[in-house]
Amino acid sequence: MIRFDGATKRYPDGTVAVDELSLEAPSGQITVLVGPSGCGKTTSLRMINRMIEPTSGTIWLDDTDTASLPAHELRRQIGYVIQNAGLFPHRTIVDNVATVPLLLGEDKTKARARAMELIERVGLDPAFAKRYPAQLSGGQQQRVGVARALAADPPVMLMDEPFSAVDPVVREQLQEEFLRLQNDLGKTIVFVTHDIDEAIKLGDQVAVLRVGGKLAQLAAPADLLARPVDAFVAGFVGRDRGYRALGFTGAGTIDTHQEPSVAVGAAYPGHGAGIDGWILAVDADGKPQGWLPTGEEQRGDVVTDAMLYRGGTLAAQGGSLRAVLDACLSSPSGRGVVVDDSGRLVGSVTAREVLDLIEKRG
Amino acid sequence: MAAGGAQPMIFKTLGWLTDPGHWRSTPFDTGILGQLGAHVGFSVIALVIALVIALPAGLAIGHTGRATWVVSVANAVRALPTIGALVLLVVIISPHFYGRTNAGFLIPTEIVLVVLAIPPILSNTYAGVQNVSPAVRDAAFGMGMTDRQVLGRVELPNALPLIFSGFRSAMLQVIATATIASYVTLGGLGRFIYDGLAQKDYPQMIGGGVLVAALALVADLLVAVVQRYVVSRGVSGRFHRNTSVDSRVAALVEENV
Repeated sequence: MIRFDGATKRYPDGTVAVDELSLEAPSGQITVLVGPSGCGKTTSLRMINRMIEPTSGTIWLDDTDTASLPAHELRRQIGYVIQNAGLFPHRTIVDNVATVPLLLGEDKTKARARAMELIERVGLDPAFAKRYPAQLSGGQQQRVGVARALAADPPVMLMDEPFSAVDPVVREQLQEEFLRLQNDLGKTIVFVTHDIDEAIKLGDQVAVLRVGGKLAQLAAPADLLARPVDAFVAGFVGRDRGYRALGFTGAGTIDTHQEPSVAVGAAYPGHGAGIDGWILAVDADGKPQGWLPTGEEQRGDVVTDAMLYRGGTLAAQGGSLRAVLDACLSSPSGRGVVVDDSGRLVGSVTAREVLDLIEKRG
Repeated sequence: MAAGGAQPMIFKTLGWLTDPGHWRSTPFDTGILGQLGAHVGFSVIALVIALVIALPAGLAIGHTGRATWVVSVANAVRALPTIGALVLLVVIISPHFYGRTNAGFLIPTEIVLVVLAIPPILSNTYAGVQNVSPAVRDAAFGMGMTDRQVLGRVELPNALPLIFSGFRSAMLQVIATATIASYVTLGGLGRFIYDGLAQKDYPQMIGGGVLVAALALVADLLVAVVQRYVVSRGVSGRFHRNTSVDSRVAALVEENV
């Protein structure tokens, strides 16, 4: 548990970065600090491990006043992940990960063995262990950054915009893996981001800060979207919050229609095959690949990858209403494709049906 | 000798250099090997003293970001006229030494060489530490390193390429300038240059110059080899070509799955 008790940071020139912040980040949960630039979210985070010293107020780490022990000893008990990973260029990946255990006096062999474990745990090939940071991509470096923060198994982790410097595809991957990792580890995490989507996706609770370092609202993501406390929070969480809130509603047992399909590599289906001029193409395992138009003239003898329209997203069975609705809206045929856990076709559903379901539950 | 024959100067110089008699010392005359040893001695003393002063100072200034004016002052001192300073120091210092000691000349020489060697080492060490990425420094402190650990385990290893380059340019300058030791009666390879000039023995003079240049090149090569082993590959960027391509491909594959 991390507790801010009236923590304030005032600079000598009178600027107030964080103003009387009081909030609690419960054990084993992810608390996200979010807000526009200048709202003091990073300053608040850095006051926890005293990279920035609070001007007044207290920050508690369980029952310990963080000001009561030397800064470097405090920091060794707290995992720290920053935006550009900040890996040590002169050390190999395994030695980067072993940094804190070595600082704590663990012996080299043990620290390295633990580091190797973590490298695999964050989804990196163990072959990377002997490479240097410059040989890794941004996304891989960030994984190493997370592994390094976990190395001494600290109960608390601070993450300062860890995923914002990588491209959207990798970011999404890293977010998913981060949630999976947290599911196993149950760390107490304070996470800073300027991206409200990321905050809502990752946070067990979200603290919205306003410029000047004041806490505007502290709430679970779904509550934040449903009941923003004032105009600032409402504006910050964005216009399409109704749509985003669907992300917190499970689709449950949504009824799907059987969807005719054709395998890639099979003979081109005849005119009028499928429904309304579209037929779903699947691979040999039955995983949907894209949509094939059947209303126009036949474009070849067999179905090839190049013929497919790949616009539609796929919704996982038991996923959120948002994912199902998005699958419908993005599909060229207007039918959203639902797949099972292994990515195989289950059936399809239309936007109309999803909306009916939403209204019924309303 | 000075009369000069029909032989071009280059052959006469080669002739001087390859004459075994010139390499050995006699009771009356120090040979090339002896003067080479003396030259290396002057240079090593100056470089060690300069390192002991400039390296810690550069690290401290770079780490704290304080007293950066020291670096500017040191750089301004580079404009000092070497021979003038040497003569002045000899005039001031040598009267304090009597008898069979050459300390009155050695100390001024070493002071001049040290003053010459400090600026490149100091400013490069400072710049090397300053250049360490703020994210890396932030991570180092954030993980609980003390100031000393951040400096020694993170900033220094990453500053090494620049420190080496500063040291190498200081070394070249010291080796070239150590010839002035001979100007104030000491030995060293400068002996051949000043004697050759005085005796109008130009092959000897040029030979001395060639030896100084050769010494500088060999020394630089040796330090380059040391640098290769001391500087982390992660910093110098010398990765095995295949690994590097592999990792880039692996990176692409991984990001696209």
